Amino acid sequence: MQAYIARRLLALIPTLFFASLIVFVTVRLIPGDIIDLMLSSNDISAGKKSREQLEMALGLDQPMYLQYFRWIYAILIQGDFGKSLWQNTPVAEQLLVRLPITFELGALALLVALAVAIPIGVYSAIRQDSAGDYVARSFSILMLSVPSFWVGTMVMVFPSIWWGWSPDVKFVPFSQDPLRNLGQMAIPAIILGCALSAVTMRLTRTMMLEVLRQDYVRTAWAKGLDEKLVVVRHALRNALIPVVTLIGLQAPLLIGGAVILEQIFVIPGMGLLLLDAVSQRDYPIITGVFLIVGVAVMVINLIVDLSYGVLDPKVRYR
Amino acid sequence: MASIADTAVTTAPRPARGPFMRFVVRLVREKPLGAVCAAIFMLFLFCGIFADVLAPYGMNQISPLNRLKPPSLQYPFGTDNLGRDMLSRCLYGAQLSVIIGFCAAGLATIISVVLGILTGYLGGKFDLVTQRFVDAWMSFPDLIILIVVVSVLGPGMPQIIATLGLLLGIAGSRIIRSAVVSVRENMYVHAAQSTGASTFRILWRHILPNVMPPVIVLFTTRLGVVILIESGLSFLGLGVPPPAPTWGGMLSGAGRTFMYQGPWLALAPGLCLTVVVYATNMFGDALRDLLDPRMRGSR
Repeated sequence: MQAYIARRLLALIPTLFFASLIVFVTVRLIPGDIIDLMLSSNDISAGKKSREQLEMALGLDQPMYLQYFRWIYAILIQGDFGKSLWQNTPVAEQLLVRLPITFELGALALLVALAVAIPIGVYSAIRQDSAGDYVARSFSILMLSVPSFWVGTMVMVFPSIWWGWSPDVKFVPFSQDPLRNLGQMAIPAIILGCALSAVTMRLTRTMMLEVLRQDYVRTAWAKGLDEKLVVVRHALRNALIPVVTLIGLQAPLLIGGAVILEQIFVIPGMGLLLLDAVSQRDYPIITGVFLIVGVAVMVINLIVDLSYGVLDPKVRYR
Repeated sequence: MASIADTAVTTAPRPARGPFMRFVVRLVREKPLGAVCAAIFMLFLFCGIFADVLAPYGMNQISPLNRLKPPSLQYPFGTDNLGRDMLSRCLYGAQLSVIIGFCAAGLATIISVVLGILTGYLGGKFDLVTQRFVDAWMSFPDLIILIVVVSVLGPGMPQIIATLGLLLGIAGSRIIRSAVVSVRENMYVHAAQSTGASTFRILWRHILPNVMPPVIVLFTTRLGVVILIESGLSFLGLGVPPPAPTWGGMLSGAGRTFMYQGPWLALAPGLCLTVVVYATNMFGDALRDLLDPRMRGSR
């Protein structure tokens, strides 16, 4: 197991390096000068500064490779992501406040997704090709096709027209009032969770169908065991292992979806931070959010892979 | 002798249909829902291509007297806060979706094919390094990369198409790569190698035709994804800038504040999006089941 963990950690290093390169290149090397853009559009953050001052603040007055090393060195050694151009506070501070909020939304959405997907997926598999299976599968593709921002918009508009009720958008942190916070998170989490459940449901169904054809399941039936026992204890436990991997693969979708829902329901997470930074052209924040999101997804995938090793002994020795 | 040859020819009556028609018949017979969705998809294409002819009003034709009119015979989808006909705007929205969808999904497919075939066939260190890069690339949510790119380049159609194409193209190369890896070890590839065929010839004549089914499927599934992501970006105000009538854009911006007075403003664009993406996904699923049984149940 230790060798497995070590191998997995080593494999992460080149990936992390490429990720930092992607972030750096996307923000710095794209044709079109950030500074020109900031000065031409009369930015609030650029307003009081000259071209040279802005170049200094962004570190653009140095050769490209030096910029990269200075940037990555500051992050790795000092945890320094630079300062916000607009508020002049350290970006790292902002990230630390915002990250847990997006994380909470993502975790709740994941719970919703699993709670919806697994029962329907199992039902679909044990009643394969029945009307119920057909409805469930069409429903899952429908969930995949409904844009979450449309559902979010309708939740904001229609209840307020019909019943004069609209979702609470004055954000309260979990530490202050847990119940109220969960109440605010519930609607976006359900919308995001339903969108995510589609893929999980299909995978649960496919894996269940495969496992249900195995010899040990036939033996369990032959022993005269109860359907519930066969399905839950013998089949589902084995079918769920690949579903765990899917959670890692869905992490980018979760965060991407959170950006839009945070904007609709005014939840001050990473997404809203990024969107505000984009409208203010606050590049240190944009770069910071971009990098942290990528690294967070990689860490989630690492955890998923490691837990996979615990769940499935076959993986460890490969 | 001649009579035997004659009967041999006449006893094998060839169906008069071409391969395309045979495929359509199979689609209708085996996947009725897929066929219905294919029809809806074709309708969407038709609306997109002929939006200029079909739309009863201009996309930005303002009519102050007819502000916020509910759906009626004259305005089937109602009008918005500037008195613009929502049906016309939805039709022009289809046009934008068709253009962005086909260009970005096409670009993505080309990138996936080139990258997937090269890494899958050549293998070795090149493949190893490229795969780590793809890992890193796939860790970033599509929407976040797009937002960052738009923040640097400014909003507009060409940059959205290019970024989406690159984005989905790199991610999709995995699917083509795995198909290439399984084709690579076939006897006919070894035969071609031993006769001294050039690498390019092997890739072009032997590998590419044999990975065509997943390529076609990849294109259709990407189409739905592209339309959905583009609408999300437009919803955030970072897509094709207004007054261009994108479906996502119609649900946000100035129209949003008027939805409480005219709830139909919230319905039409979202419904268009859902129906089109649903039809594209179902059609893609049906195509996959018919063309590429190995990929069944995966996504």
